[in-house]
Amino acid sequence: MSTFIQALAVGLRLGSIYALVALGYTMVYGIIRLINFAHGDFIMVGGYTMIFTIPLVLAIGLPVWVSVIFAIAICAAVGMTTELVAYRPVRKTGTAMTALITAIAVSLFLENLAQALPFIGPNPMVASQIFSAGGFSVSGVTMEWTTIYTIVISAVVMVVLYQFTQRTRLGRAMRCVSEDKEAATLMGINVNHTIVLTFAIGSGLSAVAGLMYIGQYPKVFTTMGVMLGLKAFVAAVLGGIGIIPGAMLGGLVIGLVESFTTAYVSSSMADTFVFLILIVVLILKPAGIMGKNVGEKV
Amino acid sequence: MKNKSVTAKGYLLNTAVLAVVLIVFFTLAATLGSTGEFKLILAPSLWQCCYLVILSASLNLVLGFLGQLSLGHCGFMAIGAYAAALLSLAAQRAGIFTDKSGPVFVLVLLGCILIAGILAALVGLLVGIPALRLKGDYLAIITLGFGMIIVNIINNLPFAGQNGLAEGSASASLYKNGLGFGTASKVTYIWVPILLTLLSMTMMFMFIRSKYGRAIRAIRDDEIAASASGINTSFYKVFTFAYSAFFAGMAGALYACANATLSTSSFAFTNGGILNSTFIVVMVVLGGMGSLTGSMVAAVIMFIVNYQIKNGSWVDALPSAVQGIFAYPMLVYAIVLIIVIMFRPKGIFGSYEFSLIHLKRDFLNHRAKAAAQKAEKKGAKVHA
Repeated sequence: MSTFIQALAVGLRLGSIYALVALGYTMVYGIIRLINFAHGDFIMVGGYTMIFTIPLVLAIGLPVWVSVIFAIAICAAVGMTTELVAYRPVRKTGTAMTALITAIAVSLFLENLAQALPFIGPNPMVASQIFSAGGFSVSGVTMEWTTIYTIVISAVVMVVLYQFTQRTRLGRAMRCVSEDKEAATLMGINVNHTIVLTFAIGSGLSAVAGLMYIGQYPKVFTTMGVMLGLKAFVAAVLGGIGIIPGAMLGGLVIGLVESFTTAYVSSSMADTFVFLILIVVLILKPAGIMGKNVGEKV
Repeated sequence: MKNKSVTAKGYLLNTAVLAVVLIVFFTLAATLGSTGEFKLILAPSLWQCCYLVILSASLNLVLGFLGQLSLGHCGFMAIGAYAAALLSLAAQRAGIFTDKSGPVFVLVLLGCILIAGILAALVGLLVGIPALRLKGDYLAIITLGFGMIIVNIINNLPFAGQNGLAEGSASASLYKNGLGFGTASKVTYIWVPILLTLLSMTMMFMFIRSKYGRAIRAIRDDEIAASASGINTSFYKVFTFAYSAFFAGMAGALYACANATLSTSSFAFTNGGILNSTFIVVMVVLGGMGSLTGSMVAAVIMFIVNYQIKNGSWVDALPSAVQGIFAYPMLVYAIVLIIVIMFRPKGIFGSYEFSLIHLKRDFLNHRAKAAAQKAEKKGAKVHA
């Protein structure tokens, strides 16, 4: 029983990290129909930003997690730059396939650029403790503070984001653009601004996810975002891509699958099960758990 | 009737030119074979070029002609590599051959490569049937997932995977046993990759020109229209996928021969090295989606660039900042890919196929087109 509860806690923690990253994927996909492969690497950018700003923050005398503010700013800037420099020109001239290949290229570029930069390099860097260590134990099961913080922070961020898309002017504009670009233009929405804003928010979320991830595994390396990003993307597809509650659900499912496979089967098979779940869901319900099947118009 | 005779003439001409090139090559190889340059650099490079050419051309069938992005091509290659390696080890342990010479070994070698291809094709079929129900982005991600699952499963097999082929460590195990080749045998068996590449390319060209090729191009251009015209789209898609996986498997077997060490991390979605699913996509995009000759040229170019970045003497003369970038060749490829996609999304060749028999016609067409463009520009200037 204690194994079960432990696995559940780990799964929820992993799941909320995946959900945060998946939100970024889903928002960008919803608005421009592009799998932003570089999204996982934004986490890496956020991770390194925190590594370099933590000493600064400590010197001022603020708590460690304040460095996430810098990370959010840098990530948002990188996300917007990517959209403006790489995606927008290709979107104007190319097809969906060329856009996807560009996204892969941007991802490769970010990873390898980080390795080539002399102050980063290919070796992993160790981050300092972000959340306070320790925890409390309930009937033989130890709950770490990190787990609690991760779950609570993600829940808050998700609720805020959902309210943002539902109630604010900008959020409504985003939903409009993802539904019908031309109609949105006619309604006086600046489509390009909205897209850039979406990139900023999605990339900012990946920085928050990076904070949680480093809180758990205090190691930052250039390819840290690859598997994390892929799994988060799987989560987004699983829940129904383009749908914000779907991303949250998918993230939690993927996190739970991974932690239960690790606990009960084998840790090296966890990735296989994650992708297997994706394949099964896509075959049974191609639009994802919460997605609606839209027929193709001729 | 006239068309048919042109095709026949084309095959004849190609065969004749190839025969001449091969004779010249093999006489050169026979005279140079034992000396350093050829043995140490050229022969291993040819092996690598051959499997890269097969890989990029086979992915082009799916990416360029069928119009579906597959990100798991290295998974099929991994299957071919491991299947061939394990089979050859098993054959040696059963006592079918003892050292790497003689007709029996050649038979075992070719058999291993063929079986590797067939096995990869079967897995391609298994993957293709569910995967190709999806389209576009979803297909990309599901093939990526399958590629990862394949590599992960190989990793967890007790007789393959991280603990090496058979007993002991993976490193160097294929040099002594099985089908791994050292530099000397690479020269002796240089005809194997060349023959296989020629055969594979011929098969792919014939596929593209056949009714199958026309059908999948129709699917690429408009799937709904194609299916309305009576093309069984799912059959053609799955068939092309398996056909492409067959060649990827053979390329994997060649990879196992050439490298003599296998590690599952070389077949991942991305890694630091030259070989991964993304790199194959880079080659196809660079050469031109929908041009097999373009893929061949791009594979050779990418190989030469990769080789020069790592080993060229001119690299030492460059400023250290550039050398720092060259230490991460994938960074260079990423930039190349972005630039190609932005400024020439069709790749080097576009959908143009280089052909000997139509060389004159294509050249004249090109000149006429260029002249027409020039005239148009001039006209525009006059009007302005």
